[in-house]
Amino acid sequence: MLIHPEEILETINMVSHQHLDIRTVTMGISLRGCSHPDIKVFNENIYQRILSCAEKLVQTTEEIESLYGIPVINKRISVTPIAIAAESCEADDYTSVAETLDRVAQEIGVDFVGGFSALVQKGMTRGDRNLINSIPKALATTQKVCASVNVATTKAGINMDAVAMMGRIIKQAAELTGDRNGIGCAKLVIFANAPEDNPFMAGAFHGVGEPDCVINVGVSGPGVVNAAVRALENPTFGDIAECIKKTAFKITRMGEMVGKEVARRLNAEFGVLDLSLAPTPAVGDSVAAILEAMGLESCGTHGTTAALALLNDAVKKGGAMASSSVGGLSGAFIPVSEDQGMIKAVQRGSLTLDKLEAMTCVCSVGLDMVAVPGDTSAATLSPIFADEMAIGMINKKTTAVRIIPAPGTQEGDMVEFGGLLGSAPVMPVHKFSSEDFIARGGRIPAPIQSLTN
Amino acid sequence: MSSSRFVITVIGMDRVGIVAGVTRVMAEHSVNIADIRQTTMSDLFTMIMLAEVKAEDFDLSAFQGAMSAIGKEFGVEINVQHEDAFRFMHRI
Repeated sequence: MLIHPEEILETINMVSHQHLDIRTVTMGISLRGCSHPDIKVFNENIYQRILSCAEKLVQTTEEIESLYGIPVINKRISVTPIAIAAESCEADDYTSVAETLDRVAQEIGVDFVGGFSALVQKGMTRGDRNLINSIPKALATTQKVCASVNVATTKAGINMDAVAMMGRIIKQAAELTGDRNGIGCAKLVIFANAPEDNPFMAGAFHGVGEPDCVINVGVSGPGVVNAAVRALENPTFGDIAECIKKTAFKITRMGEMVGKEVARRLNAEFGVLDLSLAPTPAVGDSVAAILEAMGLESCGTHGTTAALALLNDAVKKGGAMASSSVGGLSGAFIPVSEDQGMIKAVQRGSLTLDKLEAMTCVCSVGLDMVAVPGDTSAATLSPIFADEMAIGMINKKTTAVRIIPAPGTQEGDMVEFGGLLGSAPVMPVHKFSSEDFIARGGRIPAPIQSLTN
Repeated sequence: MSSSRFVITVIGMDRVGIVAGVTRVMAEHSVNIADIRQTTMSDLFTMIMLAEVKAEDFDLSAFQGAMSAIGKEFGVEINVQHEDAFRFMHRI
């Protein structure tokens, strides 16, 4: 037998006890050929286009799941940013487009569809403005549609008008879904340096430089890394980094195999393999637990940023060795509501919004799935976005904010979202005003880091 | 997919007749055993087989269903996975 029995049992144990899974197989579909002045025709075009590409996505993915015995948790679709695809429509309200995406997603059986998006880092077109204004209603009337807005890049700077606008949009999205704890905001991401091939929600969209139809795969495995680190006896930091690297390598190989086979069977191109440690509410499947395994009493205490930096870097190194197609976000995610360890750390008082912000300097995303009190104003939310965008812009990396000002809640309350989204403890925000700062308008210029040519 | 070889793992408490029961189901589906290892790890009976399938019209999901049914009968967990799942993860 060419494969050693211990290796076989290791793989089986990763799946059955340590929550190794392919988090998502996401099909990226270009909608650039669907434009039409009549929004009804446009909706019919995108419906037919998505159906023709993704009709067999779920069935094919399930066949692969069964063939390799590796669970694929979500099947998803990402599309060309609707602000671009719908720009030539005469109508101003794009809610019907979101409803069309939702309908086709239901029919195909995918879990989410991403791409109700706009890229406005340097300014807005009419289509961008229409899309952003349609977001609150679109998220309230659909189940599976995810929205994202890129408001900053290292090359363009930060569009502070868009940042200010998004504060108001988030408030509206929370209010329109107030009966469901503001879940609309859990499906909306504000980005700096958004990757065009990210398979993870809520921020997935099919970038303009992407091919017609592509398969991107998101692999996850905090549980596997956690178990591997905990199995080490009195390790040095070098030992921990080496262990995480090897584990990330194995996880990545698995994802690449699945992605290539799904793409081959669907006659799509294989795009990227996104190796992100995305936690789930399951016990042990936690990024906070990995940091605590390194010797921190509770995630968020002094040393957390350093531990996360080690983890994020080792994951990337393992992934880069395992596949030539590593892309997307590829690092560690720190969504509070989806990680039991993070939730406990907030409840213990060791993890605050400020520490989370510091952690986003060294990991792959940003403030993610954070609930704040329902009375948090737009003028407080926007500067939170601005800080996060500044971190992304200066450090030439992706950062994002997915924040929920859950209506009617106060600091210390728990907000339930259900499923993979988990439940979030409501965290306090600063009481001092940033209103005059955010009211200035205009753009924070591109940093010196942008002058690379 | 480079071949039609599957790794079959049987893990659980040892019982009389497990091997006979499992191999009977394999024979019924024309699944040939290319290699077989049996060991006890952490007090658990562990049997690992490398199985080969030649038939063009092999119905994997029917075979997996039959294997998990016999697994339930004996109170053991049976996985049938394409060998690439292990080859990719552990070999470059």
